[in-house]
Amino acid sequence: MSQEKSNVPRRLKFEIFRYNPEDEYSEPHTDIFEIEETPFMSLYIALSKIRETHDPGLQFDFACRSATCGSCGMMVNGRPALACRTLTSDLPEDIQLYPLPAFKLIGDLSVDTGTWFRGMAERTEAWIHERQAFDPEAEEERMSNDIAAAIYEGDRCIECGCCVASCGVANLDDQFLAGAGMNRVARFMMDPRDKRSEAEWFDVVAGDEGVFGCLGMMACADVCPKELPLLEVYAYLRRKTLGVRFLARDDN
Amino acid sequence: MNARLTTTDVLVVGGGLAGERCAIEAAAAGHEALILSLVPPRRSHSCAAQGGMQASLANCAKAEGDSPTVHFLDTVRGSDWGADQEVANIFADEAPVAVRELAHFGVPWSRVRGGKNQYFIKGEHVEIDEALEKDGLIGQRDFGGTAKWRACYAAAGTGHAALYAVDSEVVRLGITVRDRTEAVCLIHDGSRCLGAVVRCLRTGTHFAVMAKATVIATGGYGRIYGQYTTNAVINEGTGASIALDTGVVPLGNMEAVQFHPTTLSPSGILVTEGCRGDGGYLLDKNMRRFMVEKEPVKQELASRDVVSRHMQQTMRDGNGVDSPYGPHLWLDIRHLGEEHLRTKLLEVWDICRDFAGLNPADALIPVRPTQHYSMGGIRVNKDGESYGLAGLFAVGEAACWDMHGFNRLGGNSLAETLVSGRIVGRRVAEHASGVSLRANTGFAFDALAAAEKRADDWLARSGSGRNVYEIRDALGEVMIGKVGIFRTGDELNEAVVEIGQLLDDCDNAVLRCKDPGVNPELGFALRLKGMLRLAMTVAMGARARTESRGAHFRSDFPLRNDEEWLNRTLVRWALHESDPSFSYEPTGLIDLPPGHRGYGSDERIEMKRTIDSYNETVLDEQTQHGRLPSSEDMGSRLKRGAWQAYVQ
Repeated sequence: MSQEKSNVPRRLKFEIFRYNPEDEYSEPHTDIFEIEETPFMSLYIALSKIRETHDPGLQFDFACRSATCGSCGMMVNGRPALACRTLTSDLPEDIQLYPLPAFKLIGDLSVDTGTWFRGMAERTEAWIHERQAFDPEAEEERMSNDIAAAIYEGDRCIECGCCVASCGVANLDDQFLAGAGMNRVARFMMDPRDKRSEAEWFDVVAGDEGVFGCLGMMACADVCPKELPLLEVYAYLRRKTLGVRFLARDDN
Repeated sequence: MNARLTTTDVLVVGGGLAGERCAIEAAAAGHEALILSLVPPRRSHSCAAQGGMQASLANCAKAEGDSPTVHFLDTVRGSDWGADQEVANIFADEAPVAVRELAHFGVPWSRVRGGKNQYFIKGEHVEIDEALEKDGLIGQRDFGGTAKWRACYAAAGTGHAALYAVDSEVVRLGITVRDRTEAVCLIHDGSRCLGAVVRCLRTGTHFAVMAKATVIATGGYGRIYGQYTTNAVINEGTGASIALDTGVVPLGNMEAVQFHPTTLSPSGILVTEGCRGDGGYLLDKNMRRFMVEKEPVKQELASRDVVSRHMQQTMRDGNGVDSPYGPHLWLDIRHLGEEHLRTKLLEVWDICRDFAGLNPADALIPVRPTQHYSMGGIRVNKDGESYGLAGLFAVGEAACWDMHGFNRLGGNSLAETLVSGRIVGRRVAEHASGVSLRANTGFAFDALAAAEKRADDWLARSGSGRNVYEIRDALGEVMIGKVGIFRTGDELNEAVVEIGQLLDDCDNAVLRCKDPGVNPELGFALRLKGMLRLAMTVAMGARARTESRGAHFRSDFPLRNDEEWLNRTLVRWALHESDPSFSYEPTGLIDLPPGHRGYGSDERIEMKRTIDSYNETVLDEQTQHGRLPSSEDMGSRLKRGAWQAYVQ
């Protein structure tokens, strides 16, 4: 908390990407805003202040402001991050904010993650594939607490899109699953309630848009605000899909 | 998709748990459902629910003997007898099914581990043998105001896990979700709801949706308390607000506002009740566990209204910890140990690190009570259908169904979203099957033109009026300062005057942004008047209710008064009227007689009438107040006297 050591608050200079696609006169550019830093100032506080006191047209997204909902991913000094939990005290005085790449721009810092994630969920059929209908009278199926905990670990992704934005492949191919998509697949693959066969999984995740399209640079794992073990996810999926491929070869 | 008018069978406004679960039921019955959501649905505020979902599965040792009837008893006592007891009973009966259905949808519930387990209970370490034959069943943790361990959970991310599972079902069924859209007014003919006018938050354009049934599932109105809330910035009560605007649909018990005991100071970010359920405790500035003295039986696990009042009083007595942001108290979970904190309370661990810069295994957490939940909302019958407009339904926090009365128990809201989503969804589907889409589009185009004119008027207005964000901040200060945990007639009078002034200011406020497209300032301005009107109904309702019940506490009328106030506040207020009109209906059929809650004060003013004579009036009086007939008779789901087996 460097600002607490000195009594003089810092003057923060924000350089923010601006473009309003709904305004025919708008051209992509950046604007500079200067505000005084306050203790425990997050980018949520700072951006709200800029909008309310400097430029009421500034577009950005926040909802929970507690790093839970995943709305506020943006590029902070060149790196994807959740704005609500980024404290200005951890940043230099000059702060550059850009929208996440790889997603369609809605305006300024706001991007359309909803369409991307719905598309990914549809392509990977990211739901439990069960053989039986729900029986409201029956006791729940048992599961060991360790398996539940392992599934929960994969379920923690908040779909903020930071991994997608950081991914070289996802920036070129909008069908590529990226870290969040791979993690989603692995989460269902390890769930004993999902009855998909290995061959069905192979169709979902093998190929250039899935695990074999990944170049292995693993920026996704570096930027994930939830610190999901994306390296392990990637290794798990490769192992599973390669296993299926070799088995298929043996059969021939 | 850019049509000025579209149609669907079932229009669901709100993409959180209640709305999505309701849409699933309608879609599964073969109807076309359309969900509108301010944000991609997985970002809805349901995702922020942390600690658990109440359902009497009774799988843990400390849950032994639990049943829907015990859950019913806890819920009615928690509500301070403000709940509709039949609804509380329906809820308690169906909550276990809703939890198991979520398991079917994929929620990784924490499971019972048979054998020795280590717990903390009332600050003491205990070892308990969990039955081996229960191994692998869904586990429970303790929560406030309950007789048994009943909160089913997935670490401290229960709402997140539930929302992702339910949304995956929405995707599986191919239900259309239009994210970044906002319903700005209802289309109706005075007796039937015909759909809604919607503003697109990508382009700023308006369009109308006509539907056979319309469901409001927009959550609570916490943001009328400004920054003094745990709620997301999107919880501005728009659903309740557009229902109020019709003048036909009443809102129920708007003065019933919950303050959560443990929110991070000063940001107001929620720290789950599961911390206290798992054995955490509260400390004052002298490191004293003040709750042990104040509530010897339940201690930190009394209901939220009771714990919040004791905390506020402790700080008023000078025993809070001073900080530049005002006083706070401490939540101590250090003794639970790092392993527990990084598994069962992982989200609390993250929040402490990210937003307070502390490690809860080593350090105390600064907490204070903050606005958290809206018990009030759109008044509906047990089918979820609104009073006043056929074909308009409400579910979840947006509704006053009313199982929470004047205080909701922790973990009962997540359970309500799924239970009411299932039940109301079925009624919505039946309603949609029974009516045809009305061909008269005149109401829709009139409402659309009015909504567009409202936006144009904002953009056209000029002068020296106030800025909309200043008005919002001023409202928050009035609400927390004068319509907070402790209320008095004098302060409520001041609040009513001040909110009235802010309403005038809002009518003269001027936008600085005139940009085409989304225009976030215009988007907020369009909600501001509705927020102020909701705040007025809260303040006036609180001023009129001269008793203390649940979370509504009047320092000048400190007793619960069952003789005069065993009723529900209803308020109607058409957009063009200058003042709201209040009326009062019986809470519902009484099965469990009003009594002591088991925590908090045992003093109250007793009802002199017999329960039978009270019950005789309920159906007629509620009908006079606008209640529409439910598909089953009133009282059909009440298990009269079943509670007697559980009470000495």
